[in-house]
Amino acid sequence: MVVDAAIKIENVAFSYPRNTGIIYTHLNLEIKKGDRFGIFGPNGAGKTTLMSLMTGLLQPQEGSIKLLGKEIGKNNKAVNKLFGLVPQDFSFYKELTPVENLEFFGAWAGLDRPAIVRRTRELLNILGLEDVRNKQVQDFSGGMKRRVNLAIGVIHNPALLFLDEPTVGVDVQTRHAIISYLKELNDNGTTLIYTSHQLTEAEDLCNEMAVIDDGKIVAKGSIDQLLEKHDTASLENLFLNLTGKSYRN
Amino acid sequence: MFKLWSSIVKDAKLLLRDRVGLALIFGMPILLVIIVTSIQNSTFQLINKTKLNTILCNKDTGICSKQFITSIDKIGLFNITTVSSGADEQTIKETVKDKDAMVAIVIPANFTAALNGKAMVVTNKALESFGLPADSNKSKPADLSPLILYYQPMLQDAYRFSIDGALQSAIQITGSRATLKQLYSSINGGSLPADMEQDLLGSPAPINEIPLSRNANMPNATQHNVPAWTIFAMFFIVLSLGGNVVREKRNGSFIRLKTLPTPFWVSLLSKQITFLTVTLIQAVVIFSLGIFLFPHIGLPGLKIPTDVLALICVTIACGWCAVSYAICVGVLAHTQEQANGFGAISIVILSAIGGLMVPSFAMPKSFSTITMLSPLHWSLDAYYELFLKDGRFADVLTNVLLLILTAIAFQLLTLWGLKRKNLI
Repeated sequence: MVVDAAIKIENVAFSYPRNTGIIYTHLNLEIKKGDRFGIFGPNGAGKTTLMSLMTGLLQPQEGSIKLLGKEIGKNNKAVNKLFGLVPQDFSFYKELTPVENLEFFGAWAGLDRPAIVRRTRELLNILGLEDVRNKQVQDFSGGMKRRVNLAIGVIHNPALLFLDEPTVGVDVQTRHAIISYLKELNDNGTTLIYTSHQLTEAEDLCNEMAVIDDGKIVAKGSIDQLLEKHDTASLENLFLNLTGKSYRN
Repeated sequence: MFKLWSSIVKDAKLLLRDRVGLALIFGMPILLVIIVTSIQNSTFQLINKTKLNTILCNKDTGICSKQFITSIDKIGLFNITTVSSGADEQTIKETVKDKDAMVAIVIPANFTAALNGKAMVVTNKALESFGLPADSNKSKPADLSPLILYYQPMLQDAYRFSIDGALQSAIQITGSRATLKQLYSSINGGSLPADMEQDLLGSPAPINEIPLSRNANMPNATQHNVPAWTIFAMFFIVLSLGGNVVREKRNGSFIRLKTLPTPFWVSLLSKQITFLTVTLIQAVVIFSLGIFLFPHIGLPGLKIPTDVLALICVTIACGWCAVSYAICVGVLAHTQEQANGFGAISIVILSAIGGLMVPSFAMPKSFSTITMLSPLHWSLDAYYELFLKDGRFADVLTNVLLLILTAIAFQLLTLWGLKRKNLI
């Protein structure tokens, strides 16, 4: 059976305990293999909740989510091999060096020692961390920590890569390097699912995007399609038209 | 196996780079065991071997006070400095301060007269009961004025009771001697021969102290303190391990691990293996200090129990219980401050009620049930069985099982906490 959808979300319902926070009802979304898919929305719109549902960190009360045809919750070990996650927080051990972090997370991702050694060498080289390979990450700048965070997420060459604000707080050079590397990964077949507040990154990176607000997908399509459909010239205007101008918490 | 090994290497590196944690795990217990053992050993020496500087003011001029002073001198508890019989309370207090004395004893002026008077009364009663003629003088003897004992407020009750007992014993001997002399004189008309006096007043039976243990080793400050503070050290690992778990939870590492194709129990098992090894190293280090270092710094050396296998089992059970408790605290705490604060305070409380700081037999009766609730008490009880009574594995089996069951309970609580926080 050929599976075209990288991610297929069908009739998902989810709410936090005691109804605090985002509520999704009958959420449907399909992301094709090979897409660079951006999820955009104001603060509190439900981007991180959606990302957590797609990575199995949260379980929906109803409906199903499939990654490359495998349903989350049915065989987590097989599903977890398919994707990598680059969280917004620096989710690694700052007391360890980049090499030690990659060795540990590589083992947990299911790689054997030779594969870890090879991938560590590759990633440190690509992401410009070769010179600091044996220094503790706690002494790194924010941009260097972002690159370590990204390297850990892709150590096992996942078919799907979830990125939650991967360029927040970095300088222009690091942002450029990260975006270039993500495009390279996509060219090699990795599907990217990406959240950000920075709409300019959508133009740089995404070929498809969805705007979500208040637990609903309010727009989905390519950037050109969306701009044309909503008769606006800039993504910022499109965003404000779809989500309003009031403050969000 | 490779995943588990990688996790153990990671946990070990995190621990080795946490200098404050290492100091708490190894430095603090080592200092504690040396300091507390030295203090308790000094206390033991104070009561049993060291003489207390004592000021003596004898306001009596008779023979009984001289015999009393000879008696208290023979006890060996006091290093006596005499002040003049005319010294008033203020002078005595100043002398105590000048001579760095702990106590001052004032013998009242009528000491001899009162003791002799009492001896006469007792003698008369005895003669009458024997059917012999008693002294016709039936005047009531003078009441013995109290002996006054001044003491420094820092002198603890235990020492004061020892001093009090020693003085009572000396008064008893002096009074008995006066009565015997009076009785002998009334019957035989002469003075009591010295050898007979010795036969009558000497101790009829020596006391042979035998501890209730298999090897008859005398317990000492080292045998008491080394096991107690080893247990404290093992449980104090909560500060390092609990904080470590909270950090991983807070920085999102646990979340990332949840998305990887390795079951989470590998991480829990890794922490248990790593930190159980640390607790065993703690025990080896502290026991080694007791065996090899203590004799060189004037403390009694630690004697390892005969049943080494039982010692290893108790140490592993205690260490596993401590590690399980630390992980549980780390998982249930929201912040590192909570884990550190609760962890440290709970261990101090569990140590106190477990009998590590004050012996459980010295606690109020109402505490006896609470004491039984502390895993530290079961550990201490097992160690004392081995170190003080030279017990065998069968003697500590119940304690080992209790510790294992408690560790399992902490593990279940940990899993519940992880599930509740959506971390597994």
